[in-house]
Amino acid sequence: MLKNITLGQYFPGSTFVHRLDPRTKLLIIVVYIVALFLVDKIAAYLPVIVFLALSVAISKIKPKVLVSGMKPLFIIIVITAIINLFFTSGEPIFKLWVISVTKEGVRAAIFMLLRISLLIMGTFMLTYTTAPMQLTDGLESLLGPLKKIKVPVHELAMMMSIALRFIPTLIEETDKIMNAQKARGADFETGGLLQKAKAMLPLLIPLFISAFRRADELATAMESRCYSGGDGRTKMKQLSYGSIDAIAGAAVIILLAAVILLNTFGV
Amino acid sequence: MSNIIEIRNLTFKYANDEGNETVAIDGLDLNIEEGSFVAVLGHNGSGKSTLAKHLNGILQPTDGTVLVAGMDTRDENLITDIRRQVGMVFQNPDNQIVANVVEDDVAFGPENLGVEPAEIRRRVDEALKAVDMWEFRSHAPHLLSGGQKQRVAIAGVIAMRPRCIVLDEPTAMLDPAGRAEVIDTVMRLNKEQGITVVLITHHMSETINADRLIVMSDGRIVEDGRPEQVFANVQKLRDAGLTVPETTQLIYELRREGIDLPLDALSVEACADSIYKAFA
Repeated sequence: MLKNITLGQYFPGSTFVHRLDPRTKLLIIVVYIVALFLVDKIAAYLPVIVFLALSVAISKIKPKVLVSGMKPLFIIIVITAIINLFFTSGEPIFKLWVISVTKEGVRAAIFMLLRISLLIMGTFMLTYTTAPMQLTDGLESLLGPLKKIKVPVHELAMMMSIALRFIPTLIEETDKIMNAQKARGADFETGGLLQKAKAMLPLLIPLFISAFRRADELATAMESRCYSGGDGRTKMKQLSYGSIDAIAGAAVIILLAAVILLNTFGV
Repeated sequence: MSNIIEIRNLTFKYANDEGNETVAIDGLDLNIEEGSFVAVLGHNGSGKSTLAKHLNGILQPTDGTVLVAGMDTRDENLITDIRRQVGMVFQNPDNQIVANVVEDDVAFGPENLGVEPAEIRRRVDEALKAVDMWEFRSHAPHLLSGGQKQRVAIAGVIAMRPRCIVLDEPTAMLDPAGRAEVIDTVMRLNKEQGITVVLITHHMSETINADRLIVMSDGRIVEDGRPEQVFANVQKLRDAGLTVPETTQLIYELRREGIDLPLDALSVEACADSIYKAFA
């Protein structure tokens, strides 16, 4: 059962979107989010939706996958929309006992619904089209200047990539421990919430002990391979911007301009 | 040939859980010749893994000296140079693979040494081909078999171009097929590229093809010689808590019955052959 967990949800491919430098994609997401929050006229959502739809189409990510990824967050989105709908003061459309729906409320609800959905789908597109390792490489490179103010950028990126590396190993191990405990009569399925949480203890304790042992051995192995932090380290796979990054960059600038334009002149 | 590793009067003591002092290695002297294939055999607690960890400065001697290519492992400034000369492969393949793509992991060592990117690429391809894992270069390590993972770990070490590889029980967690893969790879690297190999193991059969076999017990060397000479000394091996290969065992018992057989017939074929000749 645990074998099915895929973290980071990356869909390999070699499309335009996949081939973009991870740094470009990270920067595009930042601009995309800024554009999204600048929107204050309903028409200004149009370029954002077009931009997202285009990137989905080009990357050949199935829209169905994108929508099903939203499912766990569906309740949160709906609750946010409802709160906005009923608790925004303004010109009432209809009134029922103490509950009143206002014109401003309807508007705020639609805005929230669109904003959150587009935000989530946009960030999903980033992780769907970028391998986790590329993302950490991209982050390390983008945050590089922070090293000057003593932020341990390399160490953070290294920790992230090691964590990603060990997720499948630890999942496999969890599976093994689970089976071993089941064989000795442990019950992980029945009982209330508290009982289930208690049943997890014989699973978590061996897992933690083993994780610490692994960390210790990994540290020794890394030191044996001359690892001594980020200073003086080179990289086999260099990140490099290409012409496709320029095209994508231009596209996101156009998005930002369109949003500002429609904000000013739209309805 | 010169010695790549020189150990003089090495003693290593540590405090165990009860706070008592335990002597893991007790006044050990050892020279390892460059280009040789040395197997170190011993039961659990014989000090063989502790010895391995001294060969690239993971552990520092309590007393005595360890010289790697003339460099003292106690000198902090030389530690990177020492580790560049002596690569280490550990028991658990999962706990020594750093990256989640095979070729990225092999690149880890050269990256740490600050090698140029194009040169790293060359070394990585070369190392992966040398261990016969090139077609798996873009795979995720956790999807490989134990033997394959261990070969990736070996590639990661040879990409640093060491003069010596120390393998600390590299086959302990592998199935027989994986064990054969790893031992074959190591032997090929020794013969073809002239890399010195120190193989720590408790599997007798893996030591048969070594140039030299060292048997350890209680932190000391009890036997040192060519494998066939060492195995001939059946009683001494038993005292060290080791069992001899089945072939040697058979010949040993037959000799005690008064049948004249050579004790150095280690492989199954050689053993069968000598028994056939004795009775023919």
